[in-house]
Amino acid sequence: MAGEPTAESIALLEKLVAALKRRGIMTEEDIQARVASADRASPETGARMVARAWTDPAYRELLLRDGTAAAEAMGVRMAGAPPLGVLEDKPDLHHLVVCTLCSCYPRAVLGYPPHWYKSAAYRARAVREPRAVLAEFGTALPPGVKVRVVDSTADYRWMVLPMRPAGTEGWTEDRLATLVTRDHLVGVSLPALQGATQAA
Amino acid sequence: MTEVPLKHDLGGSPRFRCTPVEPDDDAPPNDFDKRVDAVRSVLRDKKLFTVDEMRLNIERLHETEYFGLTYYEKWLRSVVAVMVAKGVVSWEDLA
Repeated sequence: MAGEPTAESIALLEKLVAALKRRGIMTEEDIQARVASADRASPETGARMVARAWTDPAYRELLLRDGTAAAEAMGVRMAGAPPLGVLEDKPDLHHLVVCTLCSCYPRAVLGYPPHWYKSAAYRARAVREPRAVLAEFGTALPPGVKVRVVDSTADYRWMVLPMRPAGTEGWTEDRLATLVTRDHLVGVSLPALQGATQAA
Repeated sequence: MTEVPLKHDLGGSPRFRCTPVEPDDDAPPNDFDKRVDAVRSVLRDKKLFTVDEMRLNIERLHETEYFGLTYYEKWLRSVVAVMVAKGVVSWEDLA
């Protein structure tokens, strides 16, 4: 759930940090460096990976074969993170990512997960009634499109490679990247040109 | 006997069947959240804390805490439990 921590939790964190510093396990600089690094991670990274895959067949092949290597090829530090898998949407197949057991999320390429991704409602319902959940995000898939829901785990993280929207022929990679948002990379909505419908 | 799913095993759970997903809930993490995440990340790289240890010690929380604490408060409880269990810090440090 979202919300502010209690005073007790804040005090507990500071006591833990103080003890870890006393024992030489970490410094304040270590902590601040990680905060800065996590702040830099954002869905723009995932968006750039998608845009490159839309324009570069060799990169697309790498992305689908080894998401971790494809992220590293974009300069993302993946050391210590679980492997990244990428799910390819097709005209008759849409992917939706959830973590039913907790909140596993490819933070290195998408940044901090949104609260709704971690909510009990999303975790419970994405696998039971994905089309109803998609509708709550304003996404209506044509009836012929199958939905494949994929569960992220502590050992494997997933991201969606959506289909390139029609009408973007000749666009540069940078311009294409501006079309792609976090929600597209999780699969709760679809990239589209401004003014076009989500289901187009 | 019907098997009762563990509290964290929410996939398909009817308990939240009628709870809407609130897509507008997009608040960025606060300073506490970021600090917990940063401490976890340093401990992971120092080989003192694995993702499985984190998960297990969140799943072990009492249901009241599991559904009552904020997301990163649960992470903190898990980090503390593992650091105490490994003798990295003591309860006296945290008292």
